[in-house]
Amino acid sequence: MGVEQKLGDLGVVTHRLEDLVNWGRTNAMWPMLFGLACCAIEMMDTQASHYDGSRFGMELMRPSPRQSDLMIVAGRVSRKMAPVLRRLYEQMPDPKWVIAMGDCASCGGIFNNYAIVQGVDEIVPVDVYIAGCPPRPEGLINGIMTLHEKIRTEGLAHYA
Amino acid sequence: MSLFDDLKKSVFFQVPAGMATTLKHVFKPPITIRYPDVKRPVRYRYKGRHHLRRYDNGLEKCIGCSLCAAACPADAIFVEASENTDEERYSPGERYASTYEINMLRCIFCGYCEDACPTEAIQLGHDYELAYYDRASAIYTKGMLIDMPINGMPSTPRQTEPGVFTQSIPDMEDPK
Repeated sequence: MGVEQKLGDLGVVTHRLEDLVNWGRTNAMWPMLFGLACCAIEMMDTQASHYDGSRFGMELMRPSPRQSDLMIVAGRVSRKMAPVLRRLYEQMPDPKWVIAMGDCASCGGIFNNYAIVQGVDEIVPVDVYIAGCPPRPEGLINGIMTLHEKIRTEGLAHYA
Repeated sequence: MSLFDDLKKSVFFQVPAGMATTLKHVFKPPITIRYPDVKRPVRYRYKGRHHLRRYDNGLEKCIGCSLCAAACPADAIFVEASENTDEERYSPGERYASTYEINMLRCIFCGYCEDACPTEAIQLGHDYELAYYDRASAIYTKGMLIDMPINGMPSTPRQTEPGVFTQSIPDMEDPK
């Protein structure tokens, strides 16, 4: 029983506010230009003409965290880089999301040693983990679409 | 420097020359692969997600020897073996893998497990769409990795005649 049934046919389309907000969020998600290792090469390829991230509204890789919504942690994060990554995350305006791209960012991967952070979820909240060493550009796009699916399920309670 | 050289360097020549390149590409078909709808085929030897294979008779190829786990440079594989019996047979020979887990977020898809396997049980497939919401769901268990039996053969475990499946590793062909 929605408003349209009460009011009759007024020629007005009603919809949930969450759907509109989520539509806006998923279709204009600017990633941050933040490559750490070899996964960054595949991240560049995702934005290049063969895979073309602008089809998903990821028009530009923003070199400034103040202008970006999505942080793709592409590559291994060393213990020295960890505070920098945390600071960049805190500089991003809400709403913000994090994708841990590849094995090293997700859980340390092959680098199970003292110098590498064993997964960036130690320092920032990660939304989607993508497996692969490095993942193909298709794999990254699939991860981004998995993130879109997650955002579409979010409601007003998550927006705060 | 002649007048012609000056003209060649001026905007009246340079800008149309540049725009000609743009115009040429306007009429070419775009090279973008529309990925979620159109999938670019991978190479035959592409190393993606693992599969645990079966013999044609439906028995599992994996005998739980853990050689793949030993060969794995990232320690992504965990294997636990149990004893086969003729009443409950999973694979030919004495033992089978009762637990077989691969952490896809550790795995670097190098294919060393494939090389180490004495029965060609584990093979890397062509699936690359591996994205997870949490790290626990990246651990693939044996049930997710193993293939279905082909040609309507029965699955495992199953009851078999005593003394038939005594050999763990089948007789291989001579390398060509």
